[in-house]
Amino acid sequence: MPDLKMAEATAKSAGAEVLSVSELQAWYGESHILHGVNFNVKAGEVVTLLGRNGAGKTTTLKSVMGIIGKRTGSIRFNGQDITRASSDRIARQGIAFCPEERGIFASLDVRENLLLPPVVRSGGLSLDQIFELFPNLKERLNSQGTKLSGGEQQMLAIARILRTGARFLMLDEPTEGLAPVIIQQIGHTIARLKSEGFTILLVEQNFRFASTVADRYYIVEHGKVIDGFANSELSANMDKLHTYLGV
Amino acid sequence: MQALYAQLLVGLINGSFYALLSLGLAVIFGMLNIINFAHGALYMMGAFCAYFLLNLAGIGYWWALIIAPIVVGIFGMILERTMLQWLAGLDHLYGLLLTFGIALIVQGVFQNYFGSSGLPYAIPDYPQIGDWRGLQGGINLGFMFLPIYRGWVVIFSLVVCLATWFLIEKTQLGAYLRAATENPTLVRAFGINVPRMITLTYGLGVGLAALAGVLSAPINQVRPLMGADLIIVVFAVVVIGGMGSIMGSIITGFALGVIEGLTKYFYPEASNTVVFVLMVLVLLVKPTGLTGRAA
Repeated sequence: MPDLKMAEATAKSAGAEVLSVSELQAWYGESHILHGVNFNVKAGEVVTLLGRNGAGKTTTLKSVMGIIGKRTGSIRFNGQDITRASSDRIARQGIAFCPEERGIFASLDVRENLLLPPVVRSGGLSLDQIFELFPNLKERLNSQGTKLSGGEQQMLAIARILRTGARFLMLDEPTEGLAPVIIQQIGHTIARLKSEGFTILLVEQNFRFASTVADRYYIVEHGKVIDGFANSELSANMDKLHTYLGV
Repeated sequence: MQALYAQLLVGLINGSFYALLSLGLAVIFGMLNIINFAHGALYMMGAFCAYFLLNLAGIGYWWALIIAPIVVGIFGMILERTMLQWLAGLDHLYGLLLTFGIALIVQGVFQNYFGSSGLPYAIPDYPQIGDWRGLQGGINLGFMFLPIYRGWVVIFSLVVCLATWFLIEKTQLGAYLRAATENPTLVRAFGINVPRMITLTYGLGVGLAALAGVLSAPINQVRPLMGADLIIVVFAVVVIGGMGSIMGSIITGFALGVIEGLTKYFYPEASNTVVFVLMVLVLLVKPTGLTGRAA
């Protein structure tokens, strides 16, 4: 574990690219959703994709995960080309995905949901560490997965991918539909994960939430990345951002 | 009273086959979304496999119980890889038609070589311990005479059904299976090779059918159409029980066997139709079956 942290710290100072996406195009059946997406994520960063509904943020995550059937361009993860890999192989490279709809399984209880994703490499959080982050889950282990509240389901959806040893997490709108106090808890969790060396790619509509955790932003519109800036440049970009997001 | 117990036993035995077959159908339907009409033909192949093992290789019943499900299971997995996998995402009708076609071809081939009459398969007479001659003979229970082989079929089927239930409902592998039944895309995105799991699941369901075939060989003889006769009733059982539930298909299988047996005693004229009457009633009241989810 200390070795791992050292390695990640070195990678972070070197700013190694964990994920680099270039000219990514993707289709849902006949409809062409992504028209050449370019962005990258460096080790230890929290990067947020912002954009209106239907801009292609979720499709971008799903393309990286290998879930979208037809995709072209280039997706490289830790130097490996994963553009055409199947999603189970991509997961085994160390990418974990938390979908927008959370994907809690109704026919599994909380414990089974939590233990479902297989460990893909060492260095994942132990169950004790997970329960420390999400104490609620420990009390609900024997409940049916979908009997949990929305907030608890979101915590379960994040918790189960922390066990796997994947160090690159993709979270699709983790705050959607949740109460402010729970959004805050998820914010703390993301900050904590970042401090432990996780790299996180976040999709958010909730810009105020994103601004509390993100290092950098990319703006997605009509299936393309049209802009990007660091959190430190946020105030300078506020006007542009309002135009992009239409808020 | 003797006759009633005898019919109850016949009912339990038929129920064992219903349960094993509908269990396999439920597992396959859950994972592949295919109504496996080839199930009866694969059951028949299990019985023939035992017959071949005995008559061509001198390999007896006990080994056949293990080998036949594996051999027929592998045949099933080849079917899945070469044909069924291409139906993923299509309407149920395509899978039903394809597997129905496979059933007709398989049955036709066996009929061509073996005709329609039954081939004998003896109840195993080993191991011999003291007075026991394998599973031959019977025990007088006081209220009835129990042929040992029939008692064995009921108990062994029950054990296999419960073991399958345990595998699916209580193990990590089963959790993968249940999760993949709900959302295969996400399970795959967690790093699980779902296509391989689908193939193995089909193999498991087919293996259960073949196992039922071996169990049935000493009771019903080995006939090319043995599965075709049985599968119609089994589908009625599945409709009554509902496709979605493992325990549901086990319980419904045994229960309908017993109901059929009781009908044979109290009103024999209806014994061949009672299952279908029940099916109609269940469909009228609860179209998804007694324990089923909407498909």
